[in-house]
Amino acid sequence: MGRVDAPPRRQRRRWAPWLFLLPVAAVIYPPLYNRVNPSLAGIPFFVWYQLCAVVFGGLVTGVVYVLRGTERALAE
Amino acid sequence: MILAAIETTQAIVIAVSFAVITVVGLYAGRWKKADLRDLDEWALGGRQFGGVLTWFLQGGSVYTTYSFVAVPALVFGAGAIGFFALPYLIITYLVAFLVVPRLWQHAHDRGYVTPADFVRDRFQSRALAAAVTVTGIVATMPYIALQVYGIEICMAEIGLPVQASLWTAFALLAVITYLAGLRSATLIAVVKDVLIWVTVIVSVIYIPIHLGGYAHAFSQIPPSKLVLPGHLQADYVTLAIGSGLALFLYPHTLTGALASRDRYVVQRNSIFLPVYTVMLGLLAILGYLAIPAGVHPDPHYGNNIAVPALLDKVFPPWFAGVGLASIAIGALVPAAMMAIAAANLFARNVWRELRPQTTPHEQTRVSKLASLVVKFGAVGFVLAAPTTYVVNFQLAAGVWILQTLPAVFLGVVWRRLPARAVLAGWAVGTAYGTYLLVRAGFDSSSTSFGIGSHHAELFIGIPALAANLLVAGAATLLLGSRGKEPEPVQSLATS
Repeated sequence: MGRVDAPPRRQRRRWAPWLFLLPVAAVIYPPLYNRVNPSLAGIPFFVWYQLCAVVFGGLVTGVVYVLRGTERALAE
Repeated sequence: MILAAIETTQAIVIAVSFAVITVVGLYAGRWKKADLRDLDEWALGGRQFGGVLTWFLQGGSVYTTYSFVAVPALVFGAGAIGFFALPYLIITYLVAFLVVPRLWQHAHDRGYVTPADFVRDRFQSRALAAAVTVTGIVATMPYIALQVYGIEICMAEIGLPVQASLWTAFALLAVITYLAGLRSATLIAVVKDVLIWVTVIVSVIYIPIHLGGYAHAFSQIPPSKLVLPGHLQADYVTLAIGSGLALFLYPHTLTGALASRDRYVVQRNSIFLPVYTVMLGLLAILGYLAIPAGVHPDPHYGNNIAVPALLDKVFPPWFAGVGLASIAIGALVPAAMMAIAAANLFARNVWRELRPQTTPHEQTRVSKLASLVVKFGAVGFVLAAPTTYVVNFQLAAGVWILQTLPAVFLGVVWRRLPARAVLAGWAVGTAYGTYLLVRAGFDSSSTSFGIGSHHAELFIGIPALAANLLVAGAATLLLGSRGKEPEPVQSLATS
């Protein structure tokens, strides 16, 4: 199905993918989270922090998806 | 640990599981009925899967023996470094969200099945397509071998005769995929997910209780294993970035994405696939828990025995059997997808190049036969080669596949890149990466780099990719970028 889309509207929140820098920034610098405490229910900070970052990454992706709009999600 | 005699209950559980997936896999041939002599139908399931099926299928291609066995083994043996898999998969899905839907669109409009199809058409370069094809096949083979190895560990833990059970498992898989193609991998992925989720959820609740709570269990782990030592922090980050960029360059992960109905399915899956990453994190925690549970490295399988031995030690035999079966089936799904993807590369980018008059049906026949060769080749390799080879080749494969990034990903976003520049970058990156692997003794994907008095371990793929991009960039400046060509009509509106 060659999609018959309207001509690309170039401005549809093209900045949205920059939000991806947030989850990347959260994990890109290990000294930020390379600790045992505060542990959560016995699980070291190093582990639960990064598990949270994974969920955060998924959420940000969802936000970007919505912000860009499904119709024009891929318009350059 | 000395592997005991056959555990009968477990043997029955795993036999029943394999019987179930055989039935499911064979049924897949009739499901969404189509002419399976057509490569799109056999190898891509007809490019029609919606969000849920693609989720299972992509989950089956991304989370493999590497996740179920190798990552927990790394946590068990080396500690915190094994958790690089979490940032790695965060980066993977950002890449998948940004680049893969565009590849999907091109593939859909122009009928591509493999990444090399795309490169061949986009760059109009047989040489560059050949480089991507060879790298894809060479990098996929050890990845399949790793899956075989994962199954071997499960069979050995149960005490089954390894050779006979491996050949049986792969004979079943070969027949199923030969007949039903990617459809079988998709339906088996659903079965596998049910088993693996049950195993993981029960494990992370039951095992800590068994060990006296998380806090007590973690207090018995050497503190040095709970955080990264200073010299491994750069290694951690470069492993995460390199692996994250590399994953969707493997032909089989693209196969999973191309089977989807539209490009938005791929994007939505980038939102929901991290659910599996959480599961991977829980499995990595099991690698930690194996320490207080008293699991010891196996003389033959080393740290890789960690999760299978933990399940066997803690659970009643029947449930340990469910867990071991789920790991084994969790290896069969990606093995099937990898075999299909490697076979497609052969049929589309080797056979078709050499025999331009080939028909689509003949390509499918070639691909089906090649998928058999690939699977039995992998089993033979695992049984013949020393096991360290299997793991080391897989590490090297990650370095090599990363060198196709400029051709495949940059080719998507920047259409004026000259083929010769990309080819030069690939050659230099691959040569440099291989040199560094050899220098590291070919038993590690990381090596020490020093600038002045600072020394740090780095994942070899990253300096190799840097060299690759540097050469490709310099050559682009020298050769001049290609003129703006007319774009294919259909993708005008979308790319």
